[in-house]
Amino acid sequence: MERVLLKNIENPESADINEYKKAGGYKGLPKALGMQPREIIDEVKKAGLRGRGGAGFPVAMKWTFASADPKFPKYLLCNADEGEPGTFKDRPILEKNPHILIEGMAISGYALGAEYGYVYLRGEYPGAKDVLNRAIAQAYEQGFLGDNIGGKGVRFHLAVHQGAGAYICGEETALIESLEGDKGQPRIKPPFPVNVGVFSKPTVVNNVETLSNLPYLIEIGGEAYSKIGSPDCPGPKIYCVSGHVERPGVYELPMGTSLKDIIYDHCGGMKAGRKLKAVIPGGISTPVLPPDKIDCPMDFVNMPKHGSMLGSGAVIVMDESVCLVKVCFRALKFFEHESCGKCTPCREGTGWLRKILGRIEHGEGVDGDIELLLSVAGNILGKTFCPLGDGAASVVQNFIKHFRPEFEEHIRAGKCMVNG
Amino acid sequence: MFRETAIKEIEAIREQYPTARAALLPAIYVAQREFGWLSPEAYESVSSVLGVPRATVRGVATFYAMYKHRPMGRHLVQLCTNVSCMILGAEKLVDFLKNRYGLEAGGMSSDGRFSLVIMECIGACGTAPAMLVNNDFYENLTEKYIEEILEKYR
Ligand SMILES: Cc1cc2nc3c(=O)[nH]c(=O)nc-3n(C[C@H](O)[C@H](O)[C@H](O)COP(=O)(O)O)c2cc1C
Ligand code: SF4
Repeated sequence: MERVLLKNIENPESADINEYKKAGGYKGLPKALGMQPREIIDEVKKAGLRGRGGAGFPVAMKWTFASADPKFPKYLLCNADEGEPGTFKDRPILEKNPHILIEGMAISGYALGAEYGYVYLRGEYPGAKDVLNRAIAQAYEQGFLGDNIGGKGVRFHLAVHQGAGAYICGEETALIESLEGDKGQPRIKPPFPVNVGVFSKPTVVNNVETLSNLPYLIEIGGEAYSKIGSPDCPGPKIYCVSGHVERPGVYELPMGTSLKDIIYDHCGGMKAGRKLKAVIPGGISTPVLPPDKIDCPMDFVNMPKHGSMLGSGAVIVMDESVCLVKVCFRALKFFEHESCGKCTPCREGTGWLRKILGRIEHGEGVDGDIELLLSVAGNILGKTFCPLGDGAASVVQNFIKHFRPEFEEHIRAGKCMVNG
Repeated sequence: MFRETAIKEIEAIREQYPTARAALLPAIYVAQREFGWLSPEAYESVSSVLGVPRATVRGVATFYAMYKHRPMGRHLVQLCTNVSCMILGAEKLVDFLKNRYGLEAGGMSSDGRFSLVIMECIGACGTAPAMLVNNDFYENLTEKYIEEILEKYR
């Protein structure tokens, strides 16, 4: 498949507007401006586009809700917080292909009737901030942003808002709080952001990769787009692979490419021919899989049937040199650190899980610790304000489900089977 | 109080939002750059330029990991130790920074040259282990490579 989202990124000048145009860019926007907003949403629906931020929510549905709300102005927010550990798929778009995102946002803004957009960019990507700001200035100069886009009187203004190092701000309502100048703590839903979002106005939050699909989708039409990749969940998808493979990196492939093929074909297999031990397929919050369960299509519809989730498409591959108790412990350290503290099960529970895992990892586990972990996890799951808590609990459950003997051995022997 | 240029900068940022409050995060970044860290004077300055209470400025700032609440070294080393970096040896690099430069997590080297912050994921997992020094990414790190890199930062 020819690359769409990461097209032309080998060109060192790819972030420049003229290079983007030479590579075929800014074709979708003029076409979109010749359509009615409703028609654009219909194309997106026909395309079957799902959000790439982690949950796979149908884009057209979210847009329909927001555009039906009579309140103005409306806002379009691009989620460029990319904090899910293992994820580095939005970064190449932001740093090397910013105009595809800007064009996508201008199309979405027009479709939604949103006149203002912000890119909520994680603080850890200072380089991307400069690239984006330059690209936005170029887009204003050439009339792709501003008060009279394409000479059609369409308004869309765009600015970058830099986050400051808080994973929870990737959650859309926390992102909104943060954009408003507050601590990034999630809001209760309903009301949903599509009705009461940033500055109390109808707001659509979409991921970088999601919005970057729009120019191509509009250019070729929803029908043709829906033929790419998985029929249940079409389109191109950026998978980002890290860990013990020969060629880690970002791979733009048809949605639904099998996890096995990603690891063994595209990434050249296991590093130095070592043995696969475990894979986290969609970022650290998604359920870990053992080697015999990786023959599964990587999309939002099929991964749950195979015991995990597509999440952000961040594949972390681990060979036999890895102690999984240690990985699980490190993951929970992350969740404890990033818990926003708003609700008790998550704020207290992640700390408890981390402590118990820590004592097992350090050879001080006691009989009953595994049951205790499962009991604490069970008391978090489904009882928290936002999905961060659920993520933490399910990480623990799934590591134990697939790799229980390793935890038992740690407790029994008081040391690690892998690292001694 | 801020220099005139910083006030102008914050006022320009303010224009990008419908409320003054929304300019708070970017204004705190400006304060951090101007004062080197978020000193009481930095809070006071943000508070008076945006008209947001000092306690609010502080409350918001302390929520976020990238705001610094104590004086920092001249260069900020941000090393990732999350899973993708960890399984490729990031912990050894933490030890190396300690032994070679006297840098502890969250601390500063005694000559004031570096501060070290241990990061959650910085989005460089495919080229792990990785770190940021000030605004620059460095990837596929080894002890030797870290020595070479840090030579450049005096
Ligand atoms: C704890 C947490 C962290 C999240 N982090 C991100 C993120 O970094 N980037 C992102 O696009 N979505 C993230 N999401 C999902 C967003 O809440 C939201 O669903 C998404 O931005 C919607 O965009 P999409 O429909 O285009 O996927 C996160 C959700 C949760 C609960
Ligand atoms: S689940 Fe955790 S992160 Fe989410 S609101 Fe509750 S405390 Fe905050």
